[in-house]
Formats: sequence, C-alpha cells, structure tokens
Amino acid sequence: MKSISFIASRSGKALFVVLGVVILNFLLIRLAPGDPASIMAGEAASSDPVYVEQLRRQFGFDQPLYQQLWIYLKGIVQLDFGYSYRNKVPVLQLIAERLPATLLLMLPAFLFSLLLGVLLGMLAARSRYTGRQGWLDSTIMSVALLLYATPLFWLSLLMIILFSVQLNWLPAFGMESVGAGLAGWAHVKDVAAHLVLPVVSLGCFFMAVYARLTRASMLEVMGMDFVKTARAKGVPAGQVIRRHVLRNAILPVVTFSGIQLGQMAGGAVLTETVFGWPGIGRLMFDALMQRDYQLLLGVFLVTSVMVVVFNLLTDLIYRLVDPRIELGT
Amino acid sequence: MQVKHQNPDELLLRVERLSVALPAGSDRGHAIKDVSFDLRAGEILCIVGESGSGKSISANAIMGLLPDYLRPESGRILFKGRDLLRLTEEELLALRGKDIGMIFQEPMSALNPVMQVGQQIAEVLAVHGAYPGPARRQRVIELLEFVGLPDPATLAQAFPFRLSGGQRQRVMIAMALALEPSILIADEPTTALDVTTQAQILGLINRIQASMGMGVMFITHDFGVVADIADRVAVMEKGVLVEQGPVDEVLNRPQHPYTQRLIAAVPHRSREAAAVPAQAAAPLLEVKNLSKTYRTGGGLFTKKRVVHAVDDASFSVQRGQTLGIVGESGSGKSTIGRCLLRLTDIDSGQMLFDGTDIATLSAAQFRPHRRHLQMIFQDPFASLNPRHTVGRIITDGPVANGVPYAQAQRKARELLRLVELDESAFDRYPNAFSGGQRQRVGIARALALEPTLLVADESVSALDVSVQAQVLKLLHDIQQRLNVGMIFITHDLRVAAQVCDRIVVMHKGRIVEQGTPAEVFERPSNAYTQRLIAAIPGQRWLSVSPGQPGNSTQDSPLAEYQQ
Amino acid sequence: MKKFIRRFMANRGAVAGLAIFILVIVLALTCSFWFESPWTMLGQPLLPPLQDPDFPLGTDMLGRDIAAGLAYGARVSLLVGVVSTLAAVVFGILVGSLAGFYGGRVDDVLMRFTEFFQTIPQLAMAVVLVAIFNPSIYSIVGAIAIVSWPPVARLVRSEFLSLKQREFVQAAIVIGQTPSRIIVTQILPNAMPPIIVTASLMIATAILTEASLSFLGLGDRNMMSWGFMIGAARTMLREAPLMSVMPGVAILLAVLAINLIGEGLNDAMNPQLRKRGE
Repeated sequence: MKSISFIASRSGKALFVVLGVVILNFLLIRLAPGDPASIMAGEAASSDPVYVEQLRRQFGFDQPLYQQLWIYLKGIVQLDFGYSYRNKVPVLQLIAERLPATLLLMLPAFLFSLLLGVLLGMLAARSRYTGRQGWLDSTIMSVALLLYATPLFWLSLLMIILFSVQLNWLPAFGMESVGAGLAGWAHVKDVAAHLVLPVVSLGCFFMAVYARLTRASMLEVMGMDFVKTARAKGVPAGQVIRRHVLRNAILPVVTFSGIQLGQMAGGAVLTETVFGWPGIGRLMFDALMQRDYQLLLGVFLVTSVMVVVFNLLTDLIYRLVDPRIELGT
Repeated sequence: MQVKHQNPDELLLRVERLSVALPAGSDRGHAIKDVSFDLRAGEILCIVGESGSGKSISANAIMGLLPDYLRPESGRILFKGRDLLRLTEEELLALRGKDIGMIFQEPMSALNPVMQVGQQIAEVLAVHGAYPGPARRQRVIELLEFVGLPDPATLAQAFPFRLSGGQRQRVMIAMALALEPSILIADEPTTALDVTTQAQILGLINRIQASMGMGVMFITHDFGVVADIADRVAVMEKGVLVEQGPVDEVLNRPQHPYTQRLIAAVPHRSREAAAVPAQAAAPLLEVKNLSKTYRTGGGLFTKKRVVHAVDDASFSVQRGQTLGIVGESGSGKSTIGRCLLRLTDIDSGQMLFDGTDIATLSAAQFRPHRRHLQMIFQDPFASLNPRHTVGRIITDGPVANGVPYAQAQRKARELLRLVELDESAFDRYPNAFSGGQRQRVGIARALALEPTLLVADESVSALDVSVQAQVLKLLHDIQQRLNVGMIFITHDLRVAAQVCDRIVVMHKGRIVEQGTPAEVFERPSNAYTQRLIAAIPGQRWLSVSPGQPGNSTQDSPLAEYQQ
Repeated sequence: MKKFIRRFMANRGAVAGLAIFILVIVLALTCSFWFESPWTMLGQPLLPPLQDPDFPLGTDMLGRDIAAGLAYGARVSLLVGVVSTLAAVVFGILVGSLAGFYGGRVDDVLMRFTEFFQTIPQLAMAVVLVAIFNPSIYSIVGAIAIVSWPPVARLVRSEFLSLKQREFVQAAIVIGQTPSRIIVTQILPNAMPPIIVTASLMIATAILTEASLSFLGLGDRNMMSWGFMIGAARTMLREAPLMSVMPGVAILLAVLAINLIGEGLNDAMNPQLRKRGE
C-alpha cells in the first residue's frame, strides 16, 4: 500500500514538472522577439498570410494572456502539439514516428555507458585499494578524463572517419541500408550494424562519467568503518570489495544516473544529427534548420517528458535497492 | 557456550619493542616507540591513554590493519610464538576473526548498512569455513542470544539502522566471538555509548571473558572503566608506554608522574560543601514548564513522528552559581541549552531572565538581550570559524552589539590574558591551537559580551581528561571573579558532581531529579537516577575516600548488569 | 595560502593544465595581432596543413585560414565559458544560500524551482532558447547560464545546510550577528572551496555546450567558433578529414586543461593525508 501511495506522490511531482515545461513553451513563444503568430507559423509559412491569420485566431493571440494559456493547455491535454507546416503533418505524428528510433539509440547507449563505466570504475578503485596493478587505475582514469573532455559530436565524426571512411567496417549514416529491402533477421543485422557507431559514441562520454563517479564513490566507501570491520573478520580483499564496498558505493551512482539521462537526451540530439539517425533528436535539428518552431517545441516537450519518466524509474529503483528507505517515506 | 579449553595463564601475545613511524612532516617521529607488553589467557589488560597516545595504533598493528602510511618499523608481535609482522596477508586473514577478534569504537558506522545483521555474523563463519550448512544459522542465533539480544531469530534479519548503539555493539561482539578466538581486542568499544549502556556492555565483556577464558586487550581513556574491569594496566603517553602493572598498583600507587596526573584529573565529587549564599535575591534565570516537541513527517503519505525533546521542564539558576543539567543522549539536555539561547523555538513555557520572559520575544526583540546570555560550545574544532583570526572571533560579538572596534580589541586582549593564553594569539588562526586552547578561545568569546549567564554545553566532553581538569578550573575561577551564573550541561555525572552547586537529572525530556550533588548521589529518589549512578564506572575505586582511590576492585558494582 | 599553492604545484597534471590554459588565454587575447579576420577568404581552398607558410594549418573549403579560425575561436570559447559560468554561479549562490540558510518554506519553493530546471534536458533547452531568441553571443551566454545554474544552487544549499549546523555559525547567532552578516562573513567563505572547484569545471562544460550549439548552426554568425568549424568541415569528411580534427583537438585541449586545473584545485584544497588529532 505504501508503495502505491509513493508512486502516486512521485507521479504528481513529475506531472508538475511536465506542466512547467508546457508553460515554459508557452512563455517562450510569447517572450520571443517578433509576432507570435509568425513565429508559430515558422519560416515556411510566414509568407502565407491566410495560415498566419488562422493561427492567430486558433491560439487567440488577440485575447488576454491567461485565455491564451488555457487554450494552449487544452490543446496539449488533447495531445494537439501543433501542426508542422513544412512537413504538412501534425507534430505529434512526426514525433510518434521518430520516437522509437531514439529509444533504440538511447537505451543501449545508457546500458553500455552504465555497465562499462561502473565496471571500469570498480577496477580502478580496486587496483588503487589493493595496490596491485596500479597502472590500471591511472590508465582507466586517464582514458576517462580524455573521453570526458571530448566533444560528443566530434567523437562521432572521428569514429566515422576511422571506422567508416578509412576502414570501411561500419556504415556511417542512417538506421538501415537505403533501398536494400531487407526483411527478418537480415534486417535486424543491418540495423544493428548501423547502431554500433552511434551507440558507442553516445555512450563513451557517459561511460567516463560513471567510471569516475563509481571510482570516487568506492574510494570513499573504502575509508568507512564497516570496511575495517570486514577486514578484521578476516574477509579477503576481493570479497570485501564485492560484498561491502560495491553494494554501498553503487547507491549514489543510481541516483546520479537519473540526472545523467537529461544530459544524454541532449547528447542524442548531437549524435542523431551527425549520424543522420532518424530519431526525434534529428527531428529537432531539422526543425531548427527549417525554423519550424511548433515542431521544435513539440520535440522539446516530448524529450522532457521522457526524461522525467526515466527519472521517476531510477528514483523507484533506488528506493528498492537501499533498505534504509521505506517506500512510504 | 563452552568454556574454552585453554591453558589458563598461557602467554597469548607478546609485543616486543614495537615502533611505528609517522610520515615526514608530522609533529613527532613515531606514532609508537619501543612499546612492549604481554597478554595472557584469562586476563583483561587495559591500555589507557589520552588522544594521540598511540593506544589505537598498537591495537591496529597487531591485527595488521594499519593504514598505508603507517608502517611498523621495528619490533615483534608474537602471537603464540609466531611473529605477526612477518606473516603474509593470507596467513593474517586466517588469523583475523578466528584467533584474534576485534571490536571498534563507533557502533553506528561499524556495520554494513545494506546487509542484514545475521548475514554479517554468518560471514565470519563462512570466510573461515566453519559451521557449514544449517548449523551456520543455528550458530548465528546462538551467538545473538549469548550477547543478550532479544528475539534473535527476528533480529538476525534486521538491518543495522533498526538497532540502537548498544545493540549494534553487541552484534559486533557476537561477530568477534563467533569462532571463539583466543584474544579479543576492544578499541574503546564503550566510548560512544551512554553510561548505562556502557555498564551493560562492560558487564557483558566481563562475563564472556570469564566463561571463555580468553585474553582481552581493552583500550580506553577512562580510568573509571579501568578500575572496574582490568586485571592489568598499561599507561601510554605520546607513543611511549610509561607504566604498567597489576591494576591495584597502578591505580592506587602510581609511580610515573604522567599516571599520577591522569589519575588526579579524574573527576570526582568534591567533598567541600559549597558555600550556599542566602537565597534572598531573585533568581537570575527561572524556567517554567518549558516544552519543545519535534514533529517529523506528516506529509500526505507519511506518518507523523512526535518526539518530546523537552517536556514540562522547570528549574532556576542564581547569580554566581552553577546548575548542572545531566542526562544521556536523547534526554533533552542540549535542547534546553538551545532553547535558552533561542537557537530553536520553544513550544510552550516561560523563560524568565532577570524578570523578562525571553520566550515570547521575536528574534529582533531578543537580539539586544543576547549579550547577557552566552554559550560555550562542545567541539573545539568546529566552534571557531577556521578562516577568522582569534582576535576577530573574540571581537565579533562586541562589534555586532555596537561597541567600537578599538575598545573591543582592548577587551579581547584582556580576555586572552584572563583565559591564560598568550596575547600573540590575537593574530593567529584556530588551527594553530590545541583542543584545550581552542576551548579557552571559546570561553573568551563568550565573556567578551560581559554576560550574566553562561551556558556550557558539554564544553569539556571532547577534551582529554588532563585538559578537562584545567578548563574546569578556569571556569570555576571565572565564575568566582565575575559572579556569572552558569548552566553546565553534561552527560558525565562525575563532572557535574565536581563543579556544580545544584544538579538536575533529565530522562527522555523530563526532569526526574533535582538537588545538590550530595542529595542526588546519596539520596536519589528516582529509579532512573539510581540506575545512572550505579552505572558510573569506577565508583567503588573512587568513593572509598576522597582524593584517595579505594583498594578493592574485585567486587564489581557491575554485578547487576551481568546477565 | 602558501601551502595551497605548494600542493597545487606538486600536481603535475594540474600544472600542465594551467600551462595549456594560459596558452589559450594568451592566444585569445592576442589573436588580432597574429591574424586578420578568420572570415577572409584569401587562400587557396582546401589547402592541407604544413604546406604553405602563410597558412600553417591549411585552409577550409572557402579558403579561410584555419589557424586564424582556431585563434579567434579561442576568444569565443573563453568569453562564453567564463561569462556564462560567472552568471550561473552568482545566481546559484543566491538561490542556494537563501534556501540553505532559511530552510522551511523558502527552501521548499526554491528547491522545487531548481529541480524543475535541473530535470529539463539541458542541451535541448539551450537549443530551444537560442533558437527562439535568435542566435547571438548574448543569447548563447544567457542560455548556457540558464541551464547551468541548478547544480551550483544545489551544492551551495547543501554546503549551507551543513555549515549552518556547525557550532561556529551557532556561535555567531548567539553573539548577536545579523543573518545577512552571518551568511556573508561566516558561512560563505567556508563554502567557497567546493564552489570554486565546481565553477572551474563548469567553464569546461560551458565550452563544450557552446561548441555543440555552434556545431548545430546556432552560433553567433559574426564570431568564428571551434564548433562552427567542425560543423562546416562535416561535408568534407572524406576529402579533408583533418579539417574536422584540428578544431576538435583545440576543444579537447582546452576542456582537458580546465578539468586538470579543477581537479588540482580540489586536491589542493582537501589534502588526502589526515594526521591524527585533526
């Protein structure tokens, strides 16, 4: 029972954030320089006075502000995110088409970065603690620092240059080989081949982040009293690290991963742009180029909602993993 | 639990001229130098010293648990003939937990927070390959029962955060004893516990040692504890062992001047009846029905938790007199101090200071009154802003109350002399001073505003015994000179008995006893007070005659705690 | 202070980082002395590096001097990095100190506000802000500042919360100092070390964000930026891969240098070795 009420309260808070984003969208259009109707229409349509006038009436730009907000909110609730004049389809439809591709990119990247990052961080901390293979600690941390300092989009380009252009091992663009008409297992393999470079380049930065965080967290836990108790019991070093240190050190990493997801969503925009991956990140880039602000804001809203939902999940997982927190508190 | 079939009196441990070097740049060359002592089966050896004496380091060196930057430089540690310093890590792992068990000081952080208590005890069995199969679980429950924990089967599945400090320490003891080691090393295991809990744990250790015949190395800074449980004593000062011998000799006929100083500094009830001035004058501070309640939770989905930190407390303080507020943790004594100085709001009651009720004033209205009530804090390392000079720390108060800086500066220098610090301290930073010196700065700061009431909140609790005695003397002198009223908050009844004119005993927020030290000690009316007094370590030794510790340490007053 | 400098200098990585960073600063300040405008299309297009002494790093597809671009790009990166971080830190300190010191309702409201800004995906928000308010150096600095301040506020708040419980702050209340004086003279100076470390690392992140924005075409059209150079080079990946590599190396070095400095500051402020009794 407690867990249900917890989920309910957390969802309530998440809803507030989403509402905030919606209102933010609303304010941005109004605050931007220029005529709101023209901005909403976007570059393609601003030359079409009939359409602009239609927008003006539809959104009530001539009406008081709170009335406009109400209209906008009503629209959002009815899942009307606007209309993309350039693409001649409702924004929601565009987003719905592209969202699966982004998820296909982000989830493996998230898992890749988290698992590999934690593993490397653990190895680095362990080598520092036991004093054996000290080179492992310095090497891992240097590589992590390097990856952390590398711009994500540049890393993507480098990987394309190396693996696609020079070595010709992996495809550089898109989600599947265009016009090949593959089906079934062959199609899956084709997509997988296209997936490798984007996932790795998106995941590398965050892998560095998790590696550094895990190592720092583990080193901090290693200095704690209960680790000394374990040693005094005669527990060998490897087991001390696995059963005592890791279990406690992983907790802040879980919390942090929720926050990192927001950053990863931004990273997805860059990765999809470079690799031409047909997801909502690329959609955002296209909207930018086309000055299609309704589409832009729609993508922004959906991205934010996605991140909020992920945050909720990681928060829940944290509460399950840490026995000190009861689900009701 | 079977009685260990061990050769009684067998020489278990011999530490021979052990030296551990400190890294370059430390204030002395060695953490411990040329330390030698023995431990036999069936005896309790107490290693006593103040902070920095090296007693903990000796214990950690035996277990091989010293941090990286401290390495044993010379000497031998012979355990049943084998030199522990020459063993490999694997060989040491086999010994730890099985032949030598160790328990530590801080029970609140000594257990893995995300692992069940029973699993942590089972771990020591598993690591040494003992009690395979279902016998393991059986053994865990047996151990929990042996250390006096209620409902062992349920408790084994609990997580540490559900247990109190005393309970966690019992779990630690269970873990250390699981494989019936020959030696138990206890590094200040009761220092972080309440006095009543401490008495219980001491009783437990005594009982266990008697039934299992093992050798116990007990590290402590409290001579009262030594008097109650030790067979032999070793005294350490700044890394050197200055005196050792049977407890009777060391406690009653100490040879080394340091030992003599330490024993003289142990707080005890002063027999001089305080000259009680005529009570004609109105009290300086009168507290009536003070209450403070903490409410947590109470959100939409969580249950409210109500804690009565202070519950209907009433007492008064005269000018020139010291009132002691004594209690264990959670008794509300510190909360009263904070309420008096309006560091927290109160829920109900009156605080009449010189006639004015300061409880009802707003923060702005109260500020001009603040100069009359000042506080001396507990932690000498946290009560001074590390980025301000001592001079600034002392002059900040007067300056904040409108005194011109030049005048405040003169006053500050005067005060430094009053608290027996060199005037050059004015321009130096806190990190250049020791704990005792920092407390003196704290006293100077409090006096800078010429208050009429001083609240000393555990102001000597964090100090070593010898320093504590000096600071107490200073406070006494100041009170005589300036005729300030003082409220002395402490958990140590011995200290309160030594310095206070009247004592108030608190338990769970309520005042359960009030009176002069003589009345409270000799005719306690409340059951809790009686328990508290009985739990004071070393009374037998101290109370035989004033200033001359008693002779008998065999009949321990801990009898009622041994289960 | 001297001890701090000594500890910092003992850290080789930090010193190397400092050296590189100073180099970047010098380059940014003196670039107009060495080069003319990076936009002038004087040279032969797609000239490889190290071939023509007039164009030591070659030219891009429109004949622009790449070395000049790198030098002027340093100016933009530093400007955006430092100014946006400064703004974010000031605002973050304001929010965090009030929330941490006063607690209660004030804390609740301010923290909800902060959490909101922290949950929104940062780059996406920056993109939207710059796009809607038209790309310019001002909108870029503003957008980066707006998405960067929440972590500072959280840090300041947690420092204030813990420092407020420390006895020397309680003592300041007891001797009668006013809240504003306590915040500024007692708490803030002790909270500065982690704030400084965080601020230095934020400069690096700001540079990366600026590069990402320019890469996506949202840079200031009048100012040459490293991100813009990489974006422009994207079409020439096969023909002239080095064109993409060089500005990226510049970003990498600058960000790496700042990270090393930040870590050096952190280590120097918290010496690892703890002596007994301290």
